[in-house]
Amino acid sequence: MSTHIVVLGGGTAGTLTANRLRRMYDAGECRITVVDQDDDHVYQPGLLFVPFGLAQPHHLVRSRPRQLHAGIDYQRARIDRVDLDARTVHFAVGGWVSYDVLVVATGARLLPEETEGLTGPGWGENVFTFYDLPGAVGLHHALERFQGGRVVVNVADLPFKCPVAPLEFTFLADWYFRRCGVRDRVQLTYATPLDAAFTKPAAAKALGGLLADKGVELVTEFTLGEVDGAGGRLVSYDEREVPFDLAVVVPLHGGAAYVDRSPGLGDELGFVPVDPHTLQHPDHPEVFAIGDAAGLPASKAGSVAHFEGATLTGNIARLLAGRPVEPSYDGHTNCFVETGFHKALLIDFNYDTEPLPGHFPGAVGLPLLKESYANHLGKLAFEWLYWHTLLPGRELPGIGAEMPEQGKSHSLA
Amino acid sequence: MPTATYADTAVPVDDEGFFTDPGRWSEPMAEQIAHEQGITELTDRHWTVIRFMREQYAAKGTGPTVRVLGKTSGVSVKELYQLFPKGPAKTAAKIAGIPKPRGCI
Repeated sequence: MSTHIVVLGGGTAGTLTANRLRRMYDAGECRITVVDQDDDHVYQPGLLFVPFGLAQPHHLVRSRPRQLHAGIDYQRARIDRVDLDARTVHFAVGGWVSYDVLVVATGARLLPEETEGLTGPGWGENVFTFYDLPGAVGLHHALERFQGGRVVVNVADLPFKCPVAPLEFTFLADWYFRRCGVRDRVQLTYATPLDAAFTKPAAAKALGGLLADKGVELVTEFTLGEVDGAGGRLVSYDEREVPFDLAVVVPLHGGAAYVDRSPGLGDELGFVPVDPHTLQHPDHPEVFAIGDAAGLPASKAGSVAHFEGATLTGNIARLLAGRPVEPSYDGHTNCFVETGFHKALLIDFNYDTEPLPGHFPGAVGLPLLKESYANHLGKLAFEWLYWHTLLPGRELPGIGAEMPEQGKSHSLA
Repeated sequence: MPTATYADTAVPVDDEGFFTDPGRWSEPMAEQIAHEQGITELTDRHWTVIRFMREQYAAKGTGPTVRVLGKTSGVSVKELYQLFPKGPAKTAAKIAGIPKPRGCI
């Protein structure tokens, strides 16, 4: 009987994992099943552009099963729980599937209801998130109506998906209001729980400098305690207030709900703790996690899922062959940061090396931590690469899983 | 590396004053560190959090974030901010003699 690998989640990480595994094993050797609760695969990086009318919502959504290579089973079902001892995944409507190897790739879930008042009066009227498609569309309409006033972009607390997205939203909002001719009537504020615009000194300096250049007020160490939509106030746990006419909030994130219902699988936030270098569960060697679902000290971003993919599939192969897994994932993360006016900057880092200036992927290449038109083109080109290279589980040309050292300027940090 | 002196003992700390060697911490040091942080008296509730921080550091190699503290320590986030007004995770980590908590981004 062949080995059965079950991948929970058909998003970025789950899809690229299943497709890589399918290429490694033929159907006789290994059965691969992907489970997800719906058929809509959303290109999440595109959500950033929807509020500004730069992306059409229906262009961002494609069929989940159609992104999977032939020979991968797709099971549409809501997961009730995982029984780790019985190596079985139970579905909410009844039925189950057994596995020899389990890959948890169910991403992160938005939890706006966990912040007092966030989903109360004003939600969808003057309080929005662009982290899901309905929210991004609602915000687009709100921006079309907006004539001026106080706009606050706020991250409720860590961790959250795509750590540069709220900064990008702020930069694009500055561009959008200038293009509309109302920038002088808009007060833009960026409120973050971090002690600077971003983590790590070099990136915080570059990104914080851009906020200042664009006339954006920066409020740090602001952990969101309460949203008063009717009164137009964000209130932090230490009782500071940021007034607003329009609030754009990145809600709290947690792992998938079934993780909480699966004893021994997840941590207190519903993410799955795995070794940061092997991606293997500490107590269950046949269980791995990848992408946003993994409880790692890495960014929750598609590039992380892509770079993790090589380690994950290699380690599954080693496990099935009875060999030890390898600690080969270095925390590599790579993000284009759109800054408006047809420019973007690029950051590249891993667990040990902070985002540094220089060039990527070598001494000659795209500028790091510096705005350029080339980076903007890179950001736009990424959508095609996502559907045609990243999701099918292919390598990105010239970009390996391991973070490149060549081209980085440690002395300028 | 900088040092700080608590309970008549010199201990290594980082640039922000967090212990780099939690094994050098002792309970009598906590009151003195708390005073430096503007906390005049450590109550039983403070100690619940301080001991929890040390247990979590021992188990996971990093102190918990505020959000995790609120879910797991038995003290709500609101109360945590009342106990440690300048930021519970960082202040409690400093008083508990553990390195600055690593938050994921």
